[in-house]
Amino acid sequence: MAYERVLTKHVNEPHSYTLDFYLTQQRGYEALRKALTLDPNDIIEQVKASGLRGRGGAGFPTGLKWQFVLKDTPKPKYICCNADESEPGTFKDHVLMERNPHLLIEGCAVACYAIGAKVAYIYIRGEFYHVQQVLEAEIENAYKAGYLGKNIFGSGFDCDVYVHRGAGAYEAGEETALIESLEGKRAQPRIKPPFPAVAGLYQRPTAVNNVETLCNVPLIVLYGSEWFAGLGPEKNGGPKLFCISGHVKQPGVYEASMHTTLRELVFDYAGGMIDDRPLKAIIPGGSSVPLLLPDQLDTPASFDAVQKAGSLLGSAGLIVMNDSVCMVWLAMNLLHFYRHESCGKCTPCREGTDWLFKLLGRLEAGEGRQKDLDLLYRVSNNIVGKTLCAFGDAAATPVISTMKLFRQEYEAHVREGRCPLPAPWRASRPLFAGAH
Amino acid sequence: MEYAPAKFHKSARTLPEPGEAFAFTPENQAKFDAYVTRYPPDQRKSAILYALYLAQGQQGYLTRAAMQHVAQQIRCTPAEVEDVVSYYTMFFTKPVGKYVLNVCRTLSCALLGAERVTEELSAVLGIKPGETDPTGTFTLVEVECLGACDRAPVVMINDTDWHERLAPEHVRRFVEDLRARGKAALSGCHLHKEQGAGGGGQGAR
Repeated sequence: MAYERVLTKHVNEPHSYTLDFYLTQQRGYEALRKALTLDPNDIIEQVKASGLRGRGGAGFPTGLKWQFVLKDTPKPKYICCNADESEPGTFKDHVLMERNPHLLIEGCAVACYAIGAKVAYIYIRGEFYHVQQVLEAEIENAYKAGYLGKNIFGSGFDCDVYVHRGAGAYEAGEETALIESLEGKRAQPRIKPPFPAVAGLYQRPTAVNNVETLCNVPLIVLYGSEWFAGLGPEKNGGPKLFCISGHVKQPGVYEASMHTTLRELVFDYAGGMIDDRPLKAIIPGGSSVPLLLPDQLDTPASFDAVQKAGSLLGSAGLIVMNDSVCMVWLAMNLLHFYRHESCGKCTPCREGTDWLFKLLGRLEAGEGRQKDLDLLYRVSNNIVGKTLCAFGDAAATPVISTMKLFRQEYEAHVREGRCPLPAPWRASRPLFAGAH
Repeated sequence: MEYAPAKFHKSARTLPEPGEAFAFTPENQAKFDAYVTRYPPDQRKSAILYALYLAQGQQGYLTRAAMQHVAQQIRCTPAEVEDVVSYYTMFFTKPVGKYVLNVCRTLSCALLGAERVTEELSAVLGIKPGETDPTGTFTLVEVECLGACDRAPVVMINDTDWHERLAPEHVRRFVEDLRARGKAALSGCHLHKEQGAGGGGQGAR
């Protein structure tokens, strides 16, 4: 725990979001000043050397993503910042944007310079209205101080950063769906290729990066790629924000290196389990990744180690569950989410999520049949790998993972004709219909 | 055989209410005209969500007349506007109450009692999720993850304000408080409030 926070060191201090604070306490806009004296390709090389991997969920190397952005083209290019933070269990970008917004603004400007763009759009989810207010006010302050706009630091580099408010769609977090939504359409994914790096926003070369990813960029420029890589295990460098929620004493956002184990995150950082009840399972990376069991808690919370343990670090949203959680209920809760959020473009996902939710609802209501268990598998396997974006795989994961690890609970629902674990924090009657 | 029976072409789609004649107020028109410059001149459609928020803010929900006005502003067809409206969950095509209570129902909130919060709200207000009470004060909606899982259970009020850590046993008092004091009754987002040294909420640790 000797780790010193860099992304969120000051976020609990008053005025941490102001330009003055950023300039005096965080060497604000020094990275941009330095970047503008470098060749854009050198910045991309630095980011590549740092090993920075996308913090939105996929963990794709950011430098590589930027390198793929088409260079020899007369078309304008764009940076799209993905601030649609909607993955259940994830709430890290929220803190960065609200308490350290200039780090993101500076990151956007450096990223624009690196790929040869002049405009960055920050696509923020509609529910974050209060965050948007802070962000827009601080962008205006950055313009007034000359850190955005025309001819920044007399370098001849122009950069505009705009906030674009979404309107309630999980799928808008998928990069091509985000672009569609930015273009004023339904947030539905595109067929790839072409990838956004070639034909993104308005069919122009675009890089889509998560908020936390872009916040790391000024740090790499300022302190160097070796420093950054040295903060974590090999290929998992840099600071990382972990969102811990569920049955823990102190849920919240914690910054740590990816050396930190899941056990340390749950028991040291988040204070352990509420009422010291036994831990039954955790979801380590947002609702779309497979569960891990208590005997896997000594896994380091890095992209590679969590993957090796059979799950994914994803967006680093840890959802911790105690022994009162019925795993069929859990799958039903998440399938309600995926059914509601499926954009409807691909049939396997649109129809499959509805089927899965209904089957799970039937099991929870005590009306499940033995053959429903096979049907759950079959429907899940008819979604996985058969959709345009990763949503389909994500939607089937809660079912596949809970059936693999807790098959006996599914059997018990059928055998007993009821849910054997009706926790007091759940509704007295199963809730079915969604509001929309 | 009858070639096209009356039922054949009947779509299940409900058309949006026509509503009264609609145009942006001069203030909203000015806001829209300033906003649309964020995008390239030939990409006005990017401003559609903003225009819809303005229209919804102006009359509470979106009617066919409002969508037609937005279509004129964007320079697209009304069908394209309806296509967008029907996709995003934050737009309403029917009147809603003064306070729309959007209760997060997804996993982290549910683990800490969100389902019970909805049940309590439903009992106290006498309405089911998706309904508005007869006085037009409250609409109850269940929504998916709001992205504040560490402050569960979370409720978003209308599309702007938050109330965090609403335990089921506090629901009755919360509703009374909201009736009496309006939005002053809300906790707000713990991060948004100015934090005194050492006080207030924790952003990150």
